[in-house]
Amino acid sequence: MSDVQDAAATTKTPSFEDALAELEATVRQLEEGNLPLTEAIALYERGMGLAQQCSDLLDSAQLQVEQLTLVNGQQQRGFFFPDEQA
Amino acid sequence: MKTWTVGTLTRYIQELLEADPQLGDVWLSGEISNVTRSSAGHLYLTLKDATAAIRCVMWRSAVEKVTWQPAQGAATLAHGRVSVYAAQGYYQLVVDQLRPAGLGDLYSRFEQMRDRLKAEGLFDDTRKRPLPQFPRVLGIVTSPQAAALRDVLNVIRRRYPLVRIRLAPTLVQGATAPPQIVAALEAIDADDEVDAILVVRGGGSLEELWAFNDEQVARAIVACRHPVVVGVGHETDFTIADFVADVRAPTPSAAAELAVPDQAELRQRARVCARQMEQAVRRRVSLARQAADQQRRALQRLSPQARIDARRQQVDGLSQRAGRCLEHALALHRSQLAGLQARLAALSPVAVLERGYAIVRRQDSGAIVRQVDQVGPGDRLSVRVQDGEFGATVRSGP
Repeated sequence: MSDVQDAAATTKTPSFEDALAELEATVRQLEEGNLPLTEAIALYERGMGLAQQCSDLLDSAQLQVEQLTLVNGQQQRGFFFPDEQA
Repeated sequence: MKTWTVGTLTRYIQELLEADPQLGDVWLSGEISNVTRSSAGHLYLTLKDATAAIRCVMWRSAVEKVTWQPAQGAATLAHGRVSVYAAQGYYQLVVDQLRPAGLGDLYSRFEQMRDRLKAEGLFDDTRKRPLPQFPRVLGIVTSPQAAALRDVLNVIRRRYPLVRIRLAPTLVQGATAPPQIVAALEAIDADDEVDAILVVRGGGSLEELWAFNDEQVARAIVACRHPVVVGVGHETDFTIADFVADVRAPTPSAAAELAVPDQAELRQRARVCARQMEQAVRRRVSLARQAADQQRRALQRLSPQARIDARRQQVDGLSQRAGRCLEHALALHRSQLAGLQARLAALSPVAVLERGYAIVRRQDSGAIVRQVDQVGPGDRLSVRVQDGEFGATVRSGP
């Protein structure tokens, strides 16, 4: 159970939501088109990295299911294994 | 000891029931449940109240006379006779008349509660909260054994495996289900990481779904800090939980689809972004190239080369003019020279000699003899005529 909490706590990679939001903001910024060329290219590279990140996050995601249980009146979480996965 | 066969006992019961004059002419009031129509047009249904249920069958000939739509939950008054269906070993009411009888008790209690909660504003759209677009943690309140959970997890795994699932297990039918559902909702809602809660249960009869018509369950859903999606039963099933939910889904799978975005769309969005960025940068680079070209052309126009070329032309012109002047002067000089040469030729002694004159010089001094007293007898002279010289000796003085 502590593994689960540790895993949650050490999730430092940006969330998909943040990566996608930044990607879309990057596109808007680029499309306004009044950036110096070097900045535009740097921004483009950043954006391409973000697009890759989004796709990598989806590729590597494994649905994690935890089950709440009450142990001595304390709520705890454990991994849940649905029957078809066992 | 008498031993019955299944058949003989069934037949005995059948005779007993069907011989009873009271059971041969029954008006039965109850609430319709599990109504189905066979392909042959017969109607099968169960009439029930809070304590018991009786199966009923209505043959097509009788069904055709029914002018209203016998629906789930409708309170009815049925007339018929009790008979035994020997093959399955149960008794049933063979209905010849079916009338609506106001609202069934269970259903009317349900409706009263529904109207009360509605009057409290618990169904109002203004209360309903939107679901997060990108949930990180989803709480699910359902039975861990249910097919509904498997469906939900499959949908989520396919659409958005990035989300983490927290399952709050509970019974979803029976008398003990409502307090368990309430406890599960409270437990999952207490979790600060949870972004939204799914309450799901697969299809079932009205009785099986009844836990989701419980007032305490409805109030627990309303009390949740996080938005709640309810997906209970099939498309046509409506429970109180559906009405108080922030989002009502027709089925558990649909609840899962509403709760998470679809990665296929998200990937497409990222691809569109990448394409737009590429186009924007291409435009930006081509703009920069155009600007550079323009500057280069401007610079070319301002180049000293043009001035150098102009000067070179000027020099060419001047040197041509100088050349022409020189030619002119030379020609002039040449013609002057020719004139002088002609005059000189006219003055040449050779021309005089041609006319027959001779030049006489003293041989000793070479001096030209112009006067007689320049010579004396015996002096040797040299005489030049037109075609040469010859010597001569002076014979006598003057």
